[in-house]
Amino acid sequence: MKIIEAIGAYILDSVAALGNFVLFLISGVTYILMPPFKPRLTILQIRTIGANSLFLIVLIGAFTGMVLGLQGYTTLERFGSEAALGTVVALVIVRELGPVLAALMIAARAGSAMAAEIGSMQASEQVDAMTVMALNPVQYLVSPRILAGVISFPLLTGIFDVIGIMGGWLVGCVLMGAQTGDYFNGISSQMGADDIKLGLWKALVFGAIVMWVSCYKGYHAERMATGVSRATTEAVVLSSILILAADYIVGAILL
Amino acid sequence: MAHLTMTSNGNDAPAANAIEVRALRRRFDHQQVLNGVDLDVPAGSIVTIVGPSGCGKTVLLKHLNLLLRPDSGTITIDGVNVTRLGWRGIDAVREWFGMLFQSGALFDSMTVYENVAFPLVEKTSQTKDQIRGRVIETLQAVGLEGMDNKYPSELSGGMQKRAALARALIRRPKILMLDEPTTGLDPTRTGAIHHLIRKTQKDFNLTAVMVSHDVPAVFEVSDRVAFMHRGRMQLVGTVEQVMSSSDEEFKRFLAGRASGDEDNSTVSS
Repeated sequence: MKIIEAIGAYILDSVAALGNFVLFLISGVTYILMPPFKPRLTILQIRTIGANSLFLIVLIGAFTGMVLGLQGYTTLERFGSEAALGTVVALVIVRELGPVLAALMIAARAGSAMAAEIGSMQASEQVDAMTVMALNPVQYLVSPRILAGVISFPLLTGIFDVIGIMGGWLVGCVLMGAQTGDYFNGISSQMGADDIKLGLWKALVFGAIVMWVSCYKGYHAERMATGVSRATTEAVVLSSILILAADYIVGAILL
Repeated sequence: MAHLTMTSNGNDAPAANAIEVRALRRRFDHQQVLNGVDLDVPAGSIVTIVGPSGCGKTVLLKHLNLLLRPDSGTITIDGVNVTRLGWRGIDAVREWFGMLFQSGALFDSMTVYENVAFPLVEKTSQTKDQIRGRVIETLQAVGLEGMDNKYPSELSGGMQKRAALARALIRRPKILMLDEPTTGLDPTRTGAIHHLIRKTQKDFNLTAVMVSHDVPAVFEVSDRVAFMHRGRMQLVGTVEQVMSSSDEEFKRFLAGRASGDEDNSTVSS
């Protein structure tokens, strides 16, 4: 009997937790649309998520493109298809690796920091202080971050894509011997607006997911040091899982 | 739910009791933290709630400032039963409060000036000059003039409490709630904060509810004392009445002796 009770309690808790998780997103998105608007906070978060992640994105984008250039050239050379290198590198980066890797990197850098910051604010009663001032903490802490994520992720993904393609060109054409003309002609002839749109839609969805998860985990962190560290870890792990799941779902819908 | 205004009584006469708590009960999981609390807080007085750790003091304060809702019982603030208000009503009642948290709860990313100005910036339409004037005046009242550009991390514990008190006072609340305002301070600074609280209460004509562990030092600045034990008020009265009480639990508490089961009787203080 106790086992059945425990299973029942677990299921009820899980459903309640899932409900809270979804309601948190709905609340965060709703307050984006409700005055008073917080453009200054959103810009600050765009700086935190976007500008401060730029170097990381450039670095990861460059190495991703360089690896694709290297592996792509050596593989295509076997079939005498080096001319397709640009198309392969660009499509793989723009449609898939750009949004996914950029999102994973930002989740690790900005998402974890966000969960830790909001978790610390909970632990030190700063969130309660806002509530007692008759201010809505979700409107101050969550909504600007979700909006900033939705704006920043596509921009960072675009930068990742360009740097990645240039990285592929550097290795494939400058170091390995593929023709620069073939590389860029392949891209311009084979890559269309739909490919770019697919990548940017993915980035937008990933941006919302990372901010949603990170804010939720921080907001509901236990009010102690271990609670904050656990929230940080869970934010990165859950964000990463949801990014990969959403990658498939968005891809399947838009293909 | 009802919308409330600052003159909730409907007349200008001050209520005899600013806060009335009746039969307040609250359970967390299997633990009954508040077990029928009754408390009157006369307007314009300082009521200090004392009691052993885990007796429910902080949980009671969180009910008074509407961060928590009771399972049963009522809280009447300035004539308004706040226990069943919707969020708009709650926000309206919160306009009457100033709250000093145990940790200070200053925003790390803001300077002292920004922290103190924050409620005015967010909740009023005052001009920058008006806000500056009010902030400087309030910082002077708590003895923090010239500290406005410091960040909380650059302040001592006592200064942080002062800054937090300034923020709690900036909107000229009717009711000030203080949760362990002297935790972590040395005896000298504890005395200074106590006297600042009394001075502030007089200057701003406040009703104050304070949770404190600093017995008997805190009694110097208290008008009434409520001794809480096992989730209910064991003893309530003026300082003289309480100090002359023959209540065994209170005597044991004053002497610093635990009653044996108090620490595991409730979830949180």
